[in-house]
Amino acid sequence: MKKNGVKMIKIKAKDVDVFYGKKQALFNISLDIEENQVTALIGPSGCGKSTFLRCLNRMNDVIDICSVKGEILINDFNINDKGCDVVRLREKIGMVFQKPNPFPKTLYENVSYGPTIHGIAQSKQEMDEIVETSLKKAALWEEVKDRLHEPGTGLSGGQQQRLCIARAISVRPEVILMDEPCSALDPIATAQIEELIDELKKEHTIIIVTHSMAQAARVSQNTGFFHLGQLIEHGSTDKIFKNPDNKKTQDYITGRFG
Amino acid sequence: MNKNKEQLLNKRYKAEQRFRLYGQSAIFMALLFLTIFIFKIFSTGYSAFQKTWLIVPVTFDAELMMLEQNPSKEDIQDADYYDIALKSMADLDPNANEDQENELKRMVSYFFEKEIKNELLNDPSLIGKTKEVYLTASDDLDQVFKGNYPRDLPEDQRRVSDYQLKIFDQLVANGKVESKFNISFFTNADSREAELAGIASSFMGSIFSILVCLMIAFPVAVLAAIYLEEFAPKNRFTDFIEVNINNLAAVPSIVFGLLGLGVLLAIFQLPRSTPLVGGITLSLMTLPTIIIAARASLKAVPPSIREAALAMGASRMQTTMHHTVPLSMPGTLSGTIIGLAQALGETAPLILIGMVAFVNTIPGSPMDPAASLPVQIYIWAESAERGFVEKVSACIMVLLGFLITMNLFAQIIRHKFEKKWS
Repeated sequence: MKKNGVKMIKIKAKDVDVFYGKKQALFNISLDIEENQVTALIGPSGCGKSTFLRCLNRMNDVIDICSVKGEILINDFNINDKGCDVVRLREKIGMVFQKPNPFPKTLYENVSYGPTIHGIAQSKQEMDEIVETSLKKAALWEEVKDRLHEPGTGLSGGQQQRLCIARAISVRPEVILMDEPCSALDPIATAQIEELIDELKKEHTIIIVTHSMAQAARVSQNTGFFHLGQLIEHGSTDKIFKNPDNKKTQDYITGRFG
Repeated sequence: MNKNKEQLLNKRYKAEQRFRLYGQSAIFMALLFLTIFIFKIFSTGYSAFQKTWLIVPVTFDAELMMLEQNPSKEDIQDADYYDIALKSMADLDPNANEDQENELKRMVSYFFEKEIKNELLNDPSLIGKTKEVYLTASDDLDQVFKGNYPRDLPEDQRRVSDYQLKIFDQLVANGKVESKFNISFFTNADSREAELAGIASSFMGSIFSILVCLMIAFPVAVLAAIYLEEFAPKNRFTDFIEVNINNLAAVPSIVFGLLGLGVLLAIFQLPRSTPLVGGITLSLMTLPTIIIAARASLKAVPPSIREAALAMGASRMQTTMHHTVPLSMPGTLSGTIIGLAQALGETAPLILIGMVAFVNTIPGSPMDPAASLPVQIYIWAESAERGFVEKVSACIMVLLGFLITMNLFAQIIRHKFEKKWS
């Protein structure tokens, strides 16, 4: 999104290194993410794109041996600072995972969990509204409105993933991280999610890791290409796909390796 | 080449068939042993649930009982029943000499006075009248009536004399011997007399022990498991703890008994022979079992659920308490029940802390002396009287019933509350 012709930067990563024990997984990643745009991270398996994504909401903290160096500024605030509260951070930065992972609870409880723990809703009525709008935004409301109190695990794969998206947006995060959200879904469900992503970018900044170059081309405005832990190239999707600067990028998107 | 392949294929099929056969015969053997065991227990034990009564006419002679005219309840309570009790038994054979009268007296339990007294307490109007009263037969005659007594042994090798048998047979012929459901087996505490011995004390003792064990072991074990699995850093020290928990699970139970004896009784001076001490000792034994079960079921919760909760901004504590722990509860609970079932069947540590003592009162709290079911089996199995043989089997049946119920409960919990995740 441009304001007075200037790109608004939401996330600014500066010289990010990630280590798993002694093994370095990311080298010197510097990447700017534009606000209210979809940024796709592409690259062959094991290139570090998911690792980078997980740096953005500090999910790598969960892994004992993982250490992150460098600055990641979100709204000009370094999330790798000691003073950064992960709980607050993750409230602002939602995440959707590769495999749909709804809680084994009812649909309603799935969506209301975030607002409950962050104390967003003041009343039952307000909560009902949040659940409804979240499900509507996730394009799931019409399919499930009559069975909100049935278990979320009873839905189909595509529905489950949309439920996870509804859960993620229920706390109105500024950024949504998506880690290959369509890899476990069939083409129809994938199309639905892609449509949804396009809709969501109006209110959220979206970063999506994907294996499908076609998907990256369809949904994203910006693309970053990772290879062997390095960010080889990033820029507007148009440019990356039509006229990349780097030979490796060219080779990858034309299917010569990866 | 082709022929070789054919042979190889045949060989593979044969190997599979042989393997199936081994498996089936193993299962068959196991079932056979189980059947023999259960058949043996039931065939010796079922008769303990029946009790033999002699129906004896008793004349409530006020003079013999030293009762005044119109006695009060207290008078009846305090009256002397020995003489009328003795007389009623002696009257079974009007021609009996003194020795024979003594033998007649020993045909019923020593409790017979009390039984006659209860009869009168229930109906004070019986004074001066004669009524047929049910008296508990002695354990030997009980066995005779149940057909468990070898009547063809020479008389000097029997505890039942020919004279007693003669009178008993007369009573049987007159329909004055009856077999009824043995309520006292469930309501009486242990007794030196087989016909009066019951499992009430040991049953209550077992229940109290298990409750104490549950109340100590469950919270401690679950908290330990949650901490180790979800919060503790993975380093040498926690590895060391983990190894030792596994070792603890393999420690012979008698060692825990020694610990209970040395620490709980000797240092803390807790009351001996009580379910409190028994329960604490058993909880030490159950602790590792529950920790291992709880950790396994925490581990079985898919990491994706934790990630989902963490990514929603739940703190580690919230993630654990809202998601991981509830999801692991079915496994933890069934592990707990299995641990308790183990503790329920434990004898050795309880013997060491003195729950093997002869207890003829029913405990009202975990602080009262009590036995426990497996120890009761042990005590009775040691007794010489023939009457205890069937009691041992009956007690085993009760214990098995208890255990099967608990395991069934564990199964139900596991099936009913287990969540299916995609």
